[in-house]
Amino acid sequence: MKEVTPKGGLENSSERKKRSKFRQKFANNGPFIIFALPGAIWMVFFFYIPVFANVVAFKDFKFSPDGFMASLAQSKWVGFQNFKFLFSSNAAWLITKNTLLYNLGFITLNLIIAVFFAIVMSELRHKKLVKTYQTSMLLPYFLSWVIIAYFVMAFLNPEKGLLNSMLHTDINWYAEPKYWPFFLLMLGTWKGIGYNSILYFATVMGIDPTYYEAAMVDGAGKWQQIKNITIPQLLPLMTLMTILAVGNIFRADFGLFYTVPQNSGALYNVTSVLDTYIYNGLTATGDIGMSSAASLYQSVVGCILLVSTNMLVRRFDGDSALF
Amino acid sequence: MTKKKAIEDVTVRAFGKKTDLFFNVIIGLFAITCILPLFFVIVISLTDENTLSQYGYQLWPKKWSFAGYEYLATMGGELMRSLWISVIVTVFGTMINATFTSTYAYAISRKSFKYRKFFTIFCLITMLFSPGMVANYIVVTNMLHLKDTLWALILPMAVSPFNIIVMRTFFKRQVSESIIESARIDGASELRIFLQIVIPLAVPGIATISLFAALGYWNDWFNALLYISDDKLVPLQYLLMKIQANIEMLTQNAGTGAQFAGGLAAVPKEATRMAMVVIATLPIAATYPFFQKYFVRGLTIGGVKE
Repeated sequence: MKEVTPKGGLENSSERKKRSKFRQKFANNGPFIIFALPGAIWMVFFFYIPVFANVVAFKDFKFSPDGFMASLAQSKWVGFQNFKFLFSSNAAWLITKNTLLYNLGFITLNLIIAVFFAIVMSELRHKKLVKTYQTSMLLPYFLSWVIIAYFVMAFLNPEKGLLNSMLHTDINWYAEPKYWPFFLLMLGTWKGIGYNSILYFATVMGIDPTYYEAAMVDGAGKWQQIKNITIPQLLPLMTLMTILAVGNIFRADFGLFYTVPQNSGALYNVTSVLDTYIYNGLTATGDIGMSSAASLYQSVVGCILLVSTNMLVRRFDGDSALF
Repeated sequence: MTKKKAIEDVTVRAFGKKTDLFFNVIIGLFAITCILPLFFVIVISLTDENTLSQYGYQLWPKKWSFAGYEYLATMGGELMRSLWISVIVTVFGTMINATFTSTYAYAISRKSFKYRKFFTIFCLITMLFSPGMVANYIVVTNMLHLKDTLWALILPMAVSPFNIIVMRTFFKRQVSESIIESARIDGASELRIFLQIVIPLAVPGIATISLFAALGYWNDWFNALLYISDDKLVPLQYLLMKIQANIEMLTQNAGTGAQFAGGLAAVPKEATRMAMVVIATLPIAATYPFFQKYFVRGLTIGGVKE
C-alpha cells in the first residue's frame, strides 16, 4: 500500500498509530472475513432475505416484473386471511395428518429395522458377506426419487408392470389409494435403511469385545448378550436419532410423495403432505397466498419442534445436542 | 493388530451356524431387493419393444434388443444436452460448494479470528428455521431473477450450513494451532497457510463434503422443477421426470393413434426411456462402492459439537 510519510507533528503521529492499529486489526481478521464472505452472502440471499420474504403470507401477493420490493409494495396487506382460508379448508387437516403419520411411521420403522439389521450384521460369521450386504443396501440411498419412481413404475405399471402379471390381476395401482400408505412407508424406509443401519453398525462394532467375553464366561446366551450389552450401548444413538427425526416431523420428503405416485390425482387423499400441497399451490393452482401461509405454518411449527426436541436432547445428553 | 481384533470378533460375536444361515437369508433377501430394481430396469432397457408391448416388463424377456440404446444414439441432441447440463452443474456446483463451505468453516474454526462467534451464530441460525419453499421461490425468481439460468440449479445448493459446522469441528481436530502459528512466524500469509497447510491436512473431510455435494447436484431435479422451463437447460434427472409424464400421455392416446402413426410405433419408447434411466444411474452405481467409506465417514468426520 502506498502512503505519504507524515512529517512529524503530534497530530500526525497519533493518526498514524490509529491507522496502523486498524491495519493491524485488518491484517489479523481481514483474510478470515474474506474466507467467510461468500458463505455469508449466500446465507443472506438464501436464508435471511427469504425468511423476511415470508411476510407474503400476510399479503395478497402478486408478482411484479419490477422486482421483489415492487411486488411487495404493490401487494395488499390482508392480515391473517390466508391462514383463515387455509385452516378452514379440509386440506390443512389432511396434509398435517398425513405428514405427521407418515413421518411417525418412518421413524418407527427406521429405528426398529436399522437397529435389527445392525445387530444381526455384527453377529454374522462372514465379514466379507456383510460388506457386500451393506454395499447393496446403500444403493437406494444414493439414487434420486426420480430414478426410484421408474423402479416403482416397472413393478406397478397397470399394463406392463411385473406385479400385475405376477399376481394375474388387472389393478390400476396408480388409482387405488388404499395400497399407497403401505407403498410409501415401505419405499421411504427402504431407501434410508442402508445408511441408518451402517450408522448403528459402526457403533455396535465399537463396543468393547471384553464385555461379550465376560458375558460368555458368565454363561450368557446370544440373546442375553444382545439384550444386556448391545442394546444398552446403542441406546444413546437411538435416542438422538429419534429426537432429531421428531424435530423434522413436519417436513415431508417431497420427492417420495410427489414423484413416486406420479402426482396422480386419484391418490391425493393419501399422498398429500405439506410439501406437495405447498408446491401444488405455488405452481399448479397458482394460489400463492394459501401456499405461503402453509409454508410459514410448516416453518414455524417445524422450528418450535426442532428447538424443543433439542432442549430435550440437551437434558438427556448435553454432548449430543445440535446447539 | 486389526487382524487380531477381527479374529476375536469372529469368535466372540457370532451366531451359531443355523442362526447364522437364517439371518444371512433375511439380510441377503433385503440386500437383493435393493439391487434387483436396477437390474430389472437394465433388463427392460434391453428388451425388444414388441416383446414389451406383448408381455409387459419381464425379468427375463423372450427377445433381447439393443434398439433402445440405438435409438438413444440417433436421438442424440436432447439427451446429450441434458447430460451436459447435469455434468456442468455437478462439476461447478461441487467446486463452488466445497470451496465456500470449507473456507467459511475454516474461518470460524480459527481462534485468532475475532468475529468467529458472530459468523458461527450467523450460520447456526440458518439451521434452526427454514424459510420455506414459497419464500425461496419468490427471492430466486423475483429478486435474483435466476429463472431459466444455470445459476438457479447451482446457487440454491452452493453452501451447506450443516457441512460448515461439521467441517469446523474437523478443522479444529485435524489442524493444530501450533502448525499454523509456526507457518505464520515463517511469514506465510493466511491464504498460503490455508492452501498449503490446512487443505492437505483436511483432504478426507473435503473429499467427503465434495462427494455429498456432487451426489446432491447429480440427483437434483427439484430446483429444475421449480426454476427451469427452458428446454435447453433441463438436467438429466428432470428430463427423465418429464418423460415419465410425457410417454404416458402418448400411451394414453395410443389406443386410437398408434396404429396408423407407423413411424411413432416404430420408436422403442419403453426401452429407450429405461435406457435413459440406466444412463442416469450408472455413474452412481458404478462409483459409489469405491467412495462408500467417505460417505459413511460423513457423519463421523466431526461430531457436530466440538
